[in-house]
Amino acid sequence: MNRQITRVAGLALALLVVLIVATTYWQTWARPALAERQDNAIQRVAQFEIKRGLILSPSRVLARNKERRVGGRTFYFRRYPQGRLAAHVVGYSTAARSRTGLERSLNPTLTGSARSLSSLVNQSLDKLNGKPIIGDTVVTTLDVNGQRVALDALGSNCGAVVALDPRTGRVRVMVSSPSYNPNDVETNFGRVEKIKADCKPASPLLNRATQGLYPPGSTFKVVTASAALGSGKYTPDSGFVDPGYCTVYGKRVNNFDTERPFGSLSLATALQFSVNSVFCNIGLALGAKRLVKQAKAFGFYERPPLETPDIERLPSGLYRNGRLFDPKRDRDVDAGRMAFGQERLLVTPEQMAMVAGTIGNDGILMRPYVVEKIVTPNGKTRSRTRPTKIRRAVSPATAQDVGAMMIRAVQAGTGTAAQIPGLEIGGKTGTAETGVDGNNTTWFIAFAGEPGQKPKLAIAVVLQNQSLTGGATAAPIARQVMQALLTPTANP
Amino acid sequence: MSARNKELVNLGFAAIVASAAFASVSIVSTGLVTARWLGYIGVIFGLYLVAHVVARFTVPYADPTLLPLVGLLTAIGLTVIYRLGPADARRQAVWVAVGIGVLAGTLIWLRFDYRVLERYKYLFGISAVALLLLPSVPGLGHRVNGVKLWIKIGPMQFQPGELAKIFLIVFLAGYLRDKREALAQGRLKDLGPLLVIWGAAMLVLVQTSDLGSALLNFGIFLAMVYVATGRALYVGIGLALFLAGSAALYNSLGRVQQRVTVWLHPWTDHRVYCSISGKLDYRQNCDSYQLVKSLYSIANGGYGGTGLGKGTFTTVDGTQLIPYLNTDFVYSAIAQELGLIGAAGMLLVVMVIVARGMRIALIAQDGFSKLLAAGLTFGLALQTFIIVGGVLRVVPLTGITLPFVSYGGSSIVANFVMLGLLLLVSNRAAATAVHT
Repeated sequence: MNRQITRVAGLALALLVVLIVATTYWQTWARPALAERQDNAIQRVAQFEIKRGLILSPSRVLARNKERRVGGRTFYFRRYPQGRLAAHVVGYSTAARSRTGLERSLNPTLTGSARSLSSLVNQSLDKLNGKPIIGDTVVTTLDVNGQRVALDALGSNCGAVVALDPRTGRVRVMVSSPSYNPNDVETNFGRVEKIKADCKPASPLLNRATQGLYPPGSTFKVVTASAALGSGKYTPDSGFVDPGYCTVYGKRVNNFDTERPFGSLSLATALQFSVNSVFCNIGLALGAKRLVKQAKAFGFYERPPLETPDIERLPSGLYRNGRLFDPKRDRDVDAGRMAFGQERLLVTPEQMAMVAGTIGNDGILMRPYVVEKIVTPNGKTRSRTRPTKIRRAVSPATAQDVGAMMIRAVQAGTGTAAQIPGLEIGGKTGTAETGVDGNNTTWFIAFAGEPGQKPKLAIAVVLQNQSLTGGATAAPIARQVMQALLTPTANP
Repeated sequence: MSARNKELVNLGFAAIVASAAFASVSIVSTGLVTARWLGYIGVIFGLYLVAHVVARFTVPYADPTLLPLVGLLTAIGLTVIYRLGPADARRQAVWVAVGIGVLAGTLIWLRFDYRVLERYKYLFGISAVALLLLPSVPGLGHRVNGVKLWIKIGPMQFQPGELAKIFLIVFLAGYLRDKREALAQGRLKDLGPLLVIWGAAMLVLVQTSDLGSALLNFGIFLAMVYVATGRALYVGIGLALFLAGSAALYNSLGRVQQRVTVWLHPWTDHRVYCSISGKLDYRQNCDSYQLVKSLYSIANGGYGGTGLGKGTFTTVDGTQLIPYLNTDFVYSAIAQELGLIGAAGMLLVVMVIVARGMRIALIAQDGFSKLLAAGLTFGLALQTFIIVGGVLRVVPLTGITLPFVSYGGSSIVANFVMLGLLLLVSNRAAATAVHT
């Protein structure tokens, strides 16, 4: 019988080895994925014993800790001193509803678990000594005053504002309206659910700046104009005749204002006054694939980069049945409508700020970032974000030409409401009609700087459910935010 | 050094490890460095010293590692149970005392020749089936967590399945020793008893809807048949029959069905029907709540664990996050607080016990002793595998205890009987080796 006993012994020991292997799997290999799961109540509680790192703006505290002792254990709860001002970017970290925003995506940094081996040793020593783990501090690039100005300007409108430095990609303002007070999420969520605004549902938790998909309307003409000039077939002076409409597949597509056709005009004038028929014909001549290619160079069809969680950022592009749709053939898409921002184009405000920024930055698309640096608990800088170039989206000459057309649009075109004395501003308005009156999505995208210098700011403003044009609704908001960021003394 | 002196030294080591563990739990929970924990350790190892002294007189040649290793396991169990709730730890300590009393009783009763048990093998066999079916008797049976495993007599609760397992092993050791030659020849009529036992296993499964103990008992049975006959074919047929039977019963056993579903798909991305609340919900918030929370607990431990007393088992306001933490899920508590190092260490202790037990089976002289030792040892390994494997999602989760570690009186007492029998077999084997 001994041979059998040896075999059964081998089986018995093998079963136990399987258990050790399985334990190793869950505790090492599967561990990070489980820790990230939103229903992981144990992680959620355990992480409240960690003194989370602060989240700061260059001048203010955006998130700090509040100590609470429960049954002999110390828990650190989050407080957000700026309330609704930076809610969407910073997000929240709660026991009841888990985490969003930077609190979610930078959780490993904020809880000190994303560190090197040597600090891991120190951390283990602290653990043995019973000291709480202290996470790293995150310094963001947000300008709290700019955030306030943007939110106040948006008022009860549903919409978003994104402003960034086109030279570096540094995000200075990112707000979504309606906003919410992150301090209410843990204990007073009912208050968040009751928030009302000029759209239904109000969805205050949605970060419209990166998660909101809107038809770009005429702001997309900046992309079309870039593709047109880049193709070499057009110059700003190329002449067109505007009959007030354009014919696509034998059907008329009207201008915004069909009563007053422009007659003979140049491409530059067409952008200045946002003449649909001109761009419609350019689109038909270039074809959809060329427009998509230019859009991709601006960053469409990929998640716009930012440090917030991936699921809180959506790519822009043509959408079909709720999915991003990349046309293989020109005839899959109505290029005429697409050229002035209709068809099934959906974009995020962050993406449109990137488009305006690229034009202002001589055609180079910079990677947007909202985290300036990571600082250790004892004040040493652990890492600092270096501005990174994503790619050249258009040639310097094209950027110059398109930029000049946008400047004309603000000086004496559709975007005059955005003028600020002493600053040179190039912008493009957008009014995406939905067919229902009072239901337009309006836009204004722009770059701004001192005359003769490289623009210091790029901005995108979007508003839902508007009855007027982008020039009348979004441009004034953009002006207020640009003024606050570029001439801080004028708006203390 | 004699076997018993080695045992004494080993017990000393076990006591040191256990003291360190208990001291750290006590210091973390009270925030004070006190010597109160010494009382606990003193009582437990006092009991083990009693067991040691009894072993000196009754089984002088027995394996010197079993008692200290079991001592270590019970100490780990008690430490974790104490950390989770001191009141349960006090009750558990009493059960350990009872268990050691039963161990001493077993050793003293059978000190001359345990092989008398062979004479009563049919009595053991019938008792085993009776004990397994006892919880199904109306008025006696008591349903806990949807499974009928308990009997209730007045204030006393008892899980007869634990004792039935040992009776079954004694019966099989005796029966298979008798019939092994006939069985090895493979005459068809000798397969009869096999089918009877298969039928009994199925009956018990239907009656109690407890897949765990059915799997355990049937697994032990197959392993012992294999040891006795050396025919893998029987194991194959047995497994096929068990699987076929389970599959046939699958549809009528809602509970088993649910366990398998939870095992295969603990997480869902969309809401599914939740039988507990009657509403639609994610499965991780409903049927697989326990399993998923237990996996989170294990994962939270990582390599080194959170440290004893520092794990997270409750919400911020003190609500328990994992149900049945000190019985079915004691392993996920250990894995969180002691980490991979501690959990693997505990499994290694079990592995050493299994290796020693199988060694006893190898050196034992007669068929009954070999089968008894191999059966008991395999039972220990398989039971550990079924419960820990269930917690780790290696197999569907079924509620049985982790031997010597989980909270629970019946389990502790039955496992000490098993230890006593192993010591007796070991003593006889070693003594014969010494004297011949």
